Amino acid sequence: MAPLAPDIIGNELNLMIALIIGIAFGFILEQAGFSSSRKLAGLFYGYDFVVLRVFFTAAITAASGIVLLSHFGLLNIDLIYINPTFLSSAIIGGIIMGAGFIIGGFCPGTSVCGAAIGKIDAMVFILGTFLGVFFFTEGYPLFKNLYTANNLGSPFVFDSLGISRGLFAFLLVTGAVGAFIATTVIENKVNKRKVEKPFLKNYRYSILTAITILIGFILIFLPDQKTKALAVVADKNWVIEDQTIQTITIDELALRLTERDRKIQLIDVRSTNDFNADNIPTAINIPLDSLANVEWRDLLTQSNKDNIFYCKGQLMSSKAAVLSRLLGDNPVNYVLEGGLQDFNHNIMDIQETELSGSNQELDTYRFRKNVREKLLILKKEAKKEPVIRKKPKKVQGGC
Amino acid sequence: MKTKQNQYMNPYLAGFLLGLVLLAAIFITGRGLGASGAIKSAVITAVNTIAPYHAENSEFYRNYNASHPNHPLKSWLFFEVIGVLIGGFMSGLISGRLKFKVEHGPRIRSKVRLVMALIGGMLFGIGALFARGCTSGAALSGMAVLSLGGFITMMAIFGTGYALAFFFRRFWL
Repeated sequence: MAPLAPDIIGNELNLMIALIIGIAFGFILEQAGFSSSRKLAGLFYGYDFVVLRVFFTAAITAASGIVLLSHFGLLNIDLIYINPTFLSSAIIGGIIMGAGFIIGGFCPGTSVCGAAIGKIDAMVFILGTFLGVFFFTEGYPLFKNLYTANNLGSPFVFDSLGISRGLFAFLLVTGAVGAFIATTVIENKVNKRKVEKPFLKNYRYSILTAITILIGFILIFLPDQKTKALAVVADKNWVIEDQTIQTITIDELALRLTERDRKIQLIDVRSTNDFNADNIPTAINIPLDSLANVEWRDLLTQSNKDNIFYCKGQLMSSKAAVLSRLLGDNPVNYVLEGGLQDFNHNIMDIQETELSGSNQELDTYRFRKNVREKLLILKKEAKKEPVIRKKPKKVQGGC
Repeated sequence: MKTKQNQYMNPYLAGFLLGLVLLAAIFITGRGLGASGAIKSAVITAVNTIAPYHAENSEFYRNYNASHPNHPLKSWLFFEVIGVLIGGFMSGLISGRLKFKVEHGPRIRSKVRLVMALIGGMLFGIGALFARGCTSGAALSGMAVLSLGGFITMMAIFGTGYALAFFFRRFWL
């Protein structure tokens, strides 16, 4: 699952990709006219809204793409860089940049583009940026408090507004299209001529507008993989009726444990307190609440392991098995039949009984007595080390 | 007769392509585009080289160097911005726009425009460090991943631009 860096592609290759992506970025910016400061400034005076069109089209394209990719489980949004929000410095920085934009006529990316085709004002702008950055880094002790104040973490805008990612994407797409239509009207008025046909009378634009809004509308119904999976298991009935859950009996588990079967990966999905009080030897603890967290994916996605979930009974473990499958872990998961309760009752706390009954019952009894002894040894051996979580490598980003 | 050279691409097409490039960057590398970060890398490299003692004793450089074990110029954004330079040049070459010139409004002279560009650049440099990214890194990429900070910075940049536009109209109109 993407992103491909840093696990699938290494650092050196990543830098080559940076160069190629940069070339595409610069080429498109220049083709769009972003190498011209007067064109850029036109945004603020209403004579040329090209910046707004390119900027918002790019933003809605990428945002919609992310919604689509994460819906189909191709991109894990927990691993991509989400810009942190330091409220004060985000606003103050934005205000300073806004002043820089109207005075300088460029922003850093576009100034590089302008400089590339020989705009001397763009080169001077870059020089200014150097000085500005240097001013900040030198004065950092003065700015530090402001720079680090009001740290909100890395929230999503839709979470802050209390709506779903898809709904926000739809509103963003609709808002952008509305802005495209409105700015065409303004542009024609400011320039006192018809630069272009009114947006909606241009039939090609009308069709594109309709398609864009339709795609935006569909996005509402495309939650990302994690949200989707969590919603499915929140519905209890669905889990119980799920035919894909495979179970493993307590005897089979006990046997495989005593044979020290390395294929087994036993996961206790109860709370950490319950786990610490009592557990089955070799089990690791992943409370159901945290199962969807990104740090467990590598552990649970090993094709040479059988993931066996258990809880006290069978409800939480069944949820866990379904959730894990929906999150794209191993396609087949097992649930311990009867759970820890049955396991303890019938094996660990097996009562001495008189040797009577059918042969089969006697066999079972002897077998369980036998494995119990071995399990007690395993339990002693089980080192109380916590599971080593592989910290997911979150990408560094931002400027 | 109007030639097709010198003409700019349809903005919606350009925006769509730019969106795909941004999406590719996020898909492949997990991070969006940027620009000011490259200048930050360059400034830090300069300070590390010219005044290593100063870099060790100033908080910002010390923090940066501690959290970035690689050489500052061996950063993703620096390579990306080198790419922007190449890509911009290629585009200018194809469309016949390569030319040394100072572009300015009809009512000001080149010198004034250059002073304004210098001041604007300085403000952008300071602002981009405060906001942890510029129009590309914070506003565009931040909006694409739907981060709250991206939207706030975007609104602050363009809001201020509009609020101040009236006072600077002499320089552009």
